[in-house]
Amino acid sequence: MKKTSLIKQIVMFAGFGVLVAACAPKEEALKSGYDWAIPETQAMQDDDFSNPAFMWVDIGNDEWSKTDGEAGKSCADCHGADGSSMKGKSNMYPVYNKDDKKLRSIQDEVNNCRTNRMKAKAWKWESDQMLGMAAFIRTQSRDMPINVAVDGDAAPFFEAGKEFYETRRGGLDMACTHCHVDFPGVKIRANVLTNGLGNGFPTYRLKWQKIGSLHRRFRGCNKNIRAQPFKQGSDEYTNLELYLNHRAKGVMNESPSVRN
Amino acid sequence: MTYRIIVGALTGIVVSGALVTGTMAADYKIVDGTIPQSLTGKAGDPVQGKKTAVNRKKGNCLACHVMPIPEEQFHGEVGPDLGESGSNYSAAELRMRLVDPKVLNPDTIMPAFLVPGKTAVLKKFAGKTILSPQDVEDIVAYLTTLKGSYSK
Ligand code: HEC
Ligand code: HEC
Ligand code: HEC
Repeated sequence: MKKTSLIKQIVMFAGFGVLVAACAPKEEALKSGYDWAIPETQAMQDDDFSNPAFMWVDIGNDEWSKTDGEAGKSCADCHGADGSSMKGKSNMYPVYNKDDKKLRSIQDEVNNCRTNRMKAKAWKWESDQMLGMAAFIRTQSRDMPINVAVDGDAAPFFEAGKEFYETRRGGLDMACTHCHVDFPGVKIRANVLTNGLGNGFPTYRLKWQKIGSLHRRFRGCNKNIRAQPFKQGSDEYTNLELYLNHRAKGVMNESPSVRN
Repeated sequence: MTYRIIVGALTGIVVSGALVTGTMAADYKIVDGTIPQSLTGKAGDPVQGKKTAVNRKKGNCLACHVMPIPEEQFHGEVGPDLGESGSNYSAAELRMRLVDPKVLNPDTIMPAFLVPGKTAVLKKFAGKTILSPQDVEDIVAYLTTLKGSYSK
């Protein structure tokens, strides 16, 4: 007797749960740029051996175990022989850092370890080593969802990024929203607009004939509307990156991607 | 070189403004969401207007619009097909749309071709409008010829 009523209760409870879930507004993840890419480009990304971005992942992999700097250390000495200790981490970036009192991107973390822990020279943002290392680290979190925190200490930086995203700028006086929120899936000249997410970066762009950072892409999208670009690694772009990754919540990391 | 940005006097639905691109200047008056008067006092040249509309550094209308210009590849689809602009709109309406479409739709993606950008504009474009008043007149003249009787 007791057993059946318990089962009945569970069934009712489960039924109620399904009902609630069905009524709650579903937060659907946005689509990756991959979903709008032409099949040839998708195929290049699908196969790691044909994906040219892996030349840079290999550079990052090599750097990982290279001793550099006055402290005589390599990344591997502290983080383990392969990159697996980085699994899941990059998808939470940028994160608020208490010492800096602002956000840190993955690239900031790499340079922080290089200068403070290895006593080595910082890498330039768009150098092959930095792109390679960023790609190597991000690749450890491939096929896991982007998941950044935007509350607490991160909140003001998130708000700044959001404002940047929504502000009209440049000679053409457009905001990011005008292309990437209002018209995903629509052709602008020869290109199909996407949600403009950063889940695949660093990305191998056929147009660049090499891998490039998300902040490089920001510069391109700013200059196209005749707006002043910011520097790669600037606070403005790091805040913008946080906002973008919040938009990408739940979308899978697919670094290193291929785009046209 | 100095410039005054638009919006001199605002009375009801009538806005007066002054525009400067390079050395060119024009006054215009908005009446009921249209600009009835030519910006230059001169008739536009539709042949030149078509060229200016296509030019990527000028109108670049094909970025967002399908137009009856089959010799050009890759027409965007962000805005409506302009193939019947001449049947659907008067010159006064088209002029307004090109000078400042935000008067009609504050959220539009379409650029205002005679209002300079205000925020973080690249130095070489600072204070400049995308087109000159004569460019706009030429494009208006071209658009009024588009009555839909073409095959893509
Ligand atoms: C001397 C030890 C040491 C070396 C060498 C070192 N790191 Fe770190 N690294 C750390 C420590 C400690 C942290 C902070 C971990 C924490 O806060 O949990 C860290 C944090 C990081 C983070 C942030 C994610 C995380 O795990 O918290 C990244 C990314 C990173 N390091 C990359 C690198 C790379 C790439 C290199 C080589 C270029 C490198 N590190 C070299 C000690 C080191
Ligand atoms: C005039 C339209 C336009 C504006 C405005 C614009 N972009 Fe883009 N953006 C594009 C086009 C076209 C592409 C290439 C196709 C695509 O991915 O949408 C692109 C691509 C991107 C990508 C790469 C997406 C991927 O999957 O690899 C990112 C990231 C991006 N934009 C961010 C931004 C940000 C941030 C802003 C505002 C600062 C912005 N864009 C403003 C047109 C625009
Ligand atoms: C960045 C995209 C973009 C560019 C560039 C652009 N437009 Fe538009 N245009 C639009 C959109 C979107 C609309 C729809 C109405 C709105 O948003 O207010 C529109 C509407 C129009 C209309 C009204 C059409 C109708 O049927 O309602 C005309 C006419 C027009 N545009 C002409 C032009 C001309 C001429 C050019 C080039 C000088 C141009 N546009 C450049 C995006 C653009």
